[in-house]
Amino acid sequence: MKATVTVMLKPGVLDPQGKAIGHALSSLGFAGVGEVRAGKVIELELSETDPARARVQAEEMARKLLANTVIESFRVSVD
Amino acid sequence: MKAGIVVFPGINRERDMAIALERSAGVAPRMVWHAETDLAGLDLVVLPGGFSYGDYLRCGAMAAQSPVMGAVRAHAARGGFVLGVCNGFQILVEAGLLPGALLRNTSLRFLSMDTYLRVERTDTVFAGRYQRGSVFRSPLAHGDGNYFADAATLDRLEGDGLVAFRYATPSGEVTPGANRNGSARNIAGIYSENLRVLGLMPHPEDLVDPLMGGTDGKPLFDALAASGAAA
Repeated sequence: MKATVTVMLKPGVLDPQGKAIGHALSSLGFAGVGEVRAGKVIELELSETDPARARVQAEEMARKLLANTVIESFRVSVD
Repeated sequence: MKAGIVVFPGINRERDMAIALERSAGVAPRMVWHAETDLAGLDLVVLPGGFSYGDYLRCGAMAAQSPVMGAVRAHAARGGFVLGVCNGFQILVEAGLLPGALLRNTSLRFLSMDTYLRVERTDTVFAGRYQRGSVFRSPLAHGDGNYFADAATLDRLEGDGLVAFRYATPSGEVTPGANRNGSARNIAGIYSENLRVLGLMPHPEDLVDPLMGGTDGKPLFDALAASGAAA
C-alpha cells in the first residue's frame, strides 16, 4: 500500500516560509492570495496490504518521527 | 567526574566544545560516537552544534532517534548533567528532554552574528559564575533558532524559573530588536525542571580565549568544571 503523510505547521504557529512564498506570489502579480502555508508531503511504500492497518502504521510513524506534534499536525491517506 | 561530547554525523562544533571544556577543566572530554550506547562514568553529556544528518526532516529530528539518545535519556533521568548548544538544543527538544521546538528564524535568514544574553538565574551548575541579570556576549550561527512553545508551556517555564538566558541589548534590556531569530519571549536557553539539562541556541564555546575575540562564554565552562561536572 502507499501511504501519504501530509505534515503542516499547526494553526497559530508562525510560518515565515509560507509568508515569503505569499510575498513572492504577490510580487509576481498574482492577486487575491490570502494566507500561504508551506508543509511537507512524505510518501511511504508499505508492505502492509490492509488499508486500515497501513493507516495505523503510518500514523504511528508520523507521531514518532515524521511530524513534531509540538508544532505540526499531520494527516494520512492510504491508497 | 567526566564530560563527554556526542558526535553525530554532520556535527561540526564538537572540537570547539572540547577545547572549551578542556580549557576550564584541564581534562579532555571523551568523544562519544552516536552509535555508542554506554555513557557510564560521564557526569556531563554535551550535544554540540552543527548540522546532524544534514538537518533532514527537521533540525535534530534524526539525531533524536540515534542509538546514543536512549543512553542520554537514561543519563538525564538519573540526574546527570546535559548541555545542548545550537543543534544540540534542537536535538534535546526533538528528543523531548526539553519542552518546545525551534522554528525557522522569522527573517528566514541564517544568522551569524553576536548576540547578548541576559542571565536569568545563577543558582545552577551552568550559570554559577555569572551575575544574575548580567549580560554576556555569545555568537549565533543558525537558521532555525526561533524558540516556540504554547502559551501554557511558556508561562510554566517562566513561573518555574526555567528560562536560563534571554536575548537582550548589551545593557541588558530585553527588547524585540535584540531578539534576532524571533524567539518567544526572547528565550535563548531553557533548563529542565531539575535544572540539570540546559539547551541554548547561541555558542558560549565560541568565546573562551582572548584570541577568539573574548572570554564571555568561559564562565559557563568554569562553573561546570568547578562543580566537578566537567572535570
